Amino acid sequence: MRNKAIVPSNTSGGVPARHQAVIEAKDLRKTYGDVAAVDGISFSVPAGESFGLLGPNGAGKSTTMKMIGAVTQRTSGTLSIMGLDPDSHGPEVRAHLGVVPQQDNLDEELRVRDNLLVYGRYFGLPMSYLRPKADELLAFAQLTDKAKSKVDALSGGMKRRLTIARSLINEPRILLLDEPTTGLDPQARHILWDRLFRLKEQGVTLILTTHYMDEAEQLCDRLIVVDKGRIMAEGSPAQLIREHSTREVLELRFGSERNATIGAELQGIGERLEALPDRVLIYAHDGEAALEQVSSRGLRPLTSLVRRSSLEDVFLRLTGRSLVD
Amino acid sequence: MTEEVATGAAAGTGSRAHSPAVAAAKARRWGAFYFAEQVLRVMKGYGWSILMYSVGQPVAYLFAMGVGLATLVEPEDAGAFGGVSYLVFIAPALLVSAAVMTAANEFTFPVMDGFKWRRVYYGPHASPLTPQQIAAGQIMAVTLRLLLQSAIYFGAVALFGAAPSGWGWVGIVVATLAALAFGLPLMAYSASIKDDKGQFAMVMRFIVMPLFLFSGTFFPLETLPLAVRWIGWISPIWHGTELGRVFSYGYEEPPVLTVVHIVVLVALAAMGWILTKRQFVRRLGQ
Repeated sequence: MRNKAIVPSNTSGGVPARHQAVIEAKDLRKTYGDVAAVDGISFSVPAGESFGLLGPNGAGKSTTMKMIGAVTQRTSGTLSIMGLDPDSHGPEVRAHLGVVPQQDNLDEELRVRDNLLVYGRYFGLPMSYLRPKADELLAFAQLTDKAKSKVDALSGGMKRRLTIARSLINEPRILLLDEPTTGLDPQARHILWDRLFRLKEQGVTLILTTHYMDEAEQLCDRLIVVDKGRIMAEGSPAQLIREHSTREVLELRFGSERNATIGAELQGIGERLEALPDRVLIYAHDGEAALEQVSSRGLRPLTSLVRRSSLEDVFLRLTGRSLVD
Repeated sequence: MTEEVATGAAAGTGSRAHSPAVAAAKARRWGAFYFAEQVLRVMKGYGWSILMYSVGQPVAYLFAMGVGLATLVEPEDAGAFGGVSYLVFIAPALLVSAAVMTAANEFTFPVMDGFKWRRVYYGPHASPLTPQQIAAGQIMAVTLRLLLQSAIYFGAVALFGAAPSGWGWVGIVVATLAALAFGLPLMAYSASIKDDKGQFAMVMRFIVMPLFLFSGTFFPLETLPLAVRWIGWISPIWHGTELGRVFSYGYEEPPVLTVVHIVVLVALAAMGWILTKRQFVRRLGQ
């Protein structure tokens, strides 16, 4: 039995070769009244890359995704998707994409398999193609035994997988995922990541927004850190951590009363110190060594933890705020 | 094993999706039909109750009004109803009113569902379909339901012997047109509502019901005092009903009035469509 890719890699119809840019944004802006949701961002995504937008709620990630998805018009700047301007070629751009929105918008009154069939019709796809394709995608989303269920009988994770299956019905080469795992339990998230990873292996360009640093680290080849509609940093997860943080972090808790005032007594330990309401972070190349220094000053934290730096630290460094408020 | 499941393992199903360019071209041309198909599939889910309603309602109304109430007004009042029996007089009105009420349901809650509750419109909006096509598709599907329901209603009217003229069947189209004349402006209003604070219940109570009662439905509009007669003049139910009577039993009115009915109904529907389209584009594009 030969394996068949969910999304064939050599689709006809002028698909750019790997590494050629499929999305180009230059000085992209979107304002609502006086508020700039997206305030002049530029980036370029080559074919086959997993590209992430990392940032807190309200950073402008979803607005950027809507502009890429050709459902919201930009205020200024240039944007091209597969060489097309989404503002003038909406249907053509959308025909190239698979979209997994932040909020599921499945047809709850239709059965699981019918959701895929109906969605495929929006792309003018014939039933002779859609029927086998729907079954194939249900298998991919591990929903074969739910094919005849009503959508509202599915769990949150299953609905998410069905939404992903639906987004693949037209065999898109670009998949937009807006907060794909928000609200899912850890197990459901891991199943979803695994499915997305398989798509990535098949060469699908993934554009995803997230405010989970572990998700960004797992899935993204490259990402931009966005805050208040602007790009704060750009690079691979490892690169960003290297550039904006130390190798390790020592987390100390002295109790909520003392966290803020203990800073002075910790001066000089590690390269940098960050006092948060609930804990103190000491950025150091060697976390254990830093902890020994703390003890040698006679300070006794309630808890201590040495961990590797993450994108959360990068974000904290760049914006002075944490990702999940 | 897992790998096979994961990659589909659908050996032999070989067919590929057509290119994005083809998908976009097809959607540009047929998009509204594609969305109409979705709405009809959803309607099919409660098709049985639609059918029961379509058959049960006319039979109940015609029996109660035409056979029950009619015994009180006939025969000495026949002159007041243009020389026809009371049943023949009210049948076109009931046909039009039923279509308008269905439109009042189809163009309120499902629209709210599309934008807010279950966000049904946002799925197709991410596909090659345009907001205009989504609106048009829903209207097409509802129009089909209105035609079907009115045809069934007319069948019942004919069985009760309440459509003496051979042109009575035109009432099916008239009822559907009247329903759109009322429903499309309402759809534009529904599309503008951000929060449901009971507006639809108000529409039913304070717009649909008065229109139903004061549109020359159960008695000629002329019997009403001038103070409330204007309700009929602006009412799609009245225009539809008068038009229906012309076809159903050759009701005599100045020909210019017949033209006015058609113009008013078409104008209301057209205005409703333009406003709806604008509202869909604005709201989905946010």
